[in-house]
Amino acid sequence: MAILEVNELKKSFGKNEVLKGISLSLDEGQVMSIIGSSGSGKTTLLRCINFLETADSGKILVDVDVIFDGEDHSKHKAKETREKQLKIGLVFQQFNLFPQYNVFDNVTLAVKLKAKEREDYKANKKQILKEINEKAHKILCDMGLSDKIDSYPWQLSGGQQQRVAIARALALEPKILFFDEPTSALDPELTIEVLKVIKSLKTMGRTMVVVTHEMEFARNVSDKVIFMADGVIEEEGTPEEVFDNPSSPKTSAFLSKSFE
Amino acid sequence: MFWTVTLSLLEGFMTTLELFALTLLFAIPLGLIIAFGSMSKFMPLKWLSKTVVWIIRGTPLMLQLIVVFYGPELIGGWFGELGIDNPIFNWLAGMKGLDRFPSVLLAFVINYACYFSEIYRGGIESIPKGQLEACQVLGMTKSQAFFRVVLLQVVKRIVPPMGNEIITLVKDTSLARTIAVYEIIWNAQKFIKNGGLLWPLIYAGAFYLIFNGLLTIIFAKLEKKMDYFKA
Repeated sequence: MAILEVNELKKSFGKNEVLKGISLSLDEGQVMSIIGSSGSGKTTLLRCINFLETADSGKILVDVDVIFDGEDHSKHKAKETREKQLKIGLVFQQFNLFPQYNVFDNVTLAVKLKAKEREDYKANKKQILKEINEKAHKILCDMGLSDKIDSYPWQLSGGQQQRVAIARALALEPKILFFDEPTSALDPELTIEVLKVIKSLKTMGRTMVVVTHEMEFARNVSDKVIFMADGVIEEEGTPEEVFDNPSSPKTSAFLSKSFE
Repeated sequence: MFWTVTLSLLEGFMTTLELFALTLLFAIPLGLIIAFGSMSKFMPLKWLSKTVVWIIRGTPLMLQLIVVFYGPELIGGWFGELGIDNPIFNWLAGMKGLDRFPSVLLAFVINYACYFSEIYRGGIESIPKGQLEACQVLGMTKSQAFFRVVLLQVVKRIVPPMGNEIITLVKDTSLARTIAVYEIIWNAQKFIKNGGLLWPLIYAGAFYLIFNGLLTIIFAKLEKKMDYFKA
């Protein structure tokens, strides 16, 4: 049962067609890596699915619920979009933590704002906040950050910041978690630290889509690998299929460059 | 004599402070509205805001004081000469200007709001786009993103330039004497005219200096208060 389905997604910036009809699907609990050189459209694909860009046409379904339909996206109500947005989480390359909040508040801010919209918020305020705080503590523990909850982002290493960003995304309980080159801003050691966390999320059954340049990681962790080139999916399959027996010459060329 | 001068200067300085405080009170929020206007995607509004800022920053404040104070009555006079009997024309012809102090206040508020708006705009536009994108993917509304995430980062960035403008405002209030609002410099100059005493003017300078010293300390405290985060 596919939890994510993308159908014929297209996006142009001016005359430049960045996505030329992307279709893919992902099952619950699976990890998909998207690889490809810069400018292949992989980040744009991620941004379209996360509503940071509006695709020109196509369809996106999460959990059989249509979250984007190119046919009638023009009149999207802001509130509806926000609801749908929460089904998916995104971790950025540059972390984008909120500098004025400590780790704990970074993780709980959006959840608490969201909770205020609940009808029973006033009546059960204490209970609701307590649950949110407990859950945030648990997530931060899972991320190995329990001793950092009072720290501010500038006091953390890049790897720690990225783990906070992952915790912040998880706190909203998304059905799918997306990563946009999560380790590209990190040193090699810190990269390992973050990749470990993503691996551990996989063992917890998280559905994830990772845009990455870490080929070893893509091979070891993914259930499915997609290679994008010039706005199309040039090749897709299991890591073995894509890495060991690529059928497209473009894939082979890209991989041989990546493993040089 | 010293006490006479001190009392007179203190009295003038009260007017100075009143003008200063009221200008800040109104110009700080008005500046934010103009800043949003200049950043608006709605072109007529953007164009209007930019034009207002251009005119206000491009002409002397002293001239603006005169226009606000004498302008309405002057325009009223022109309409009166036209002699057209029509409710709108009659109303225009009967226009009386504001009193002296409200005129000065209005001119100062508009002038400073325009300067503030550019500082705000610079501050807001300097916040990395990723902050707003993070808010968006976390399901925050635009106003939550602005008030909960962006605003404090903007405040931190604009405290130094705002401090500059606010200190300038303290000294600019002396322009109010152009239309005979009795602020501290007016009162000090009285002693030159009436008794040939120059020192009250220097003495008035000390009032400004001390008050701006206080402001400098407050701004330093404010900056320090926001030292706990880096952005």
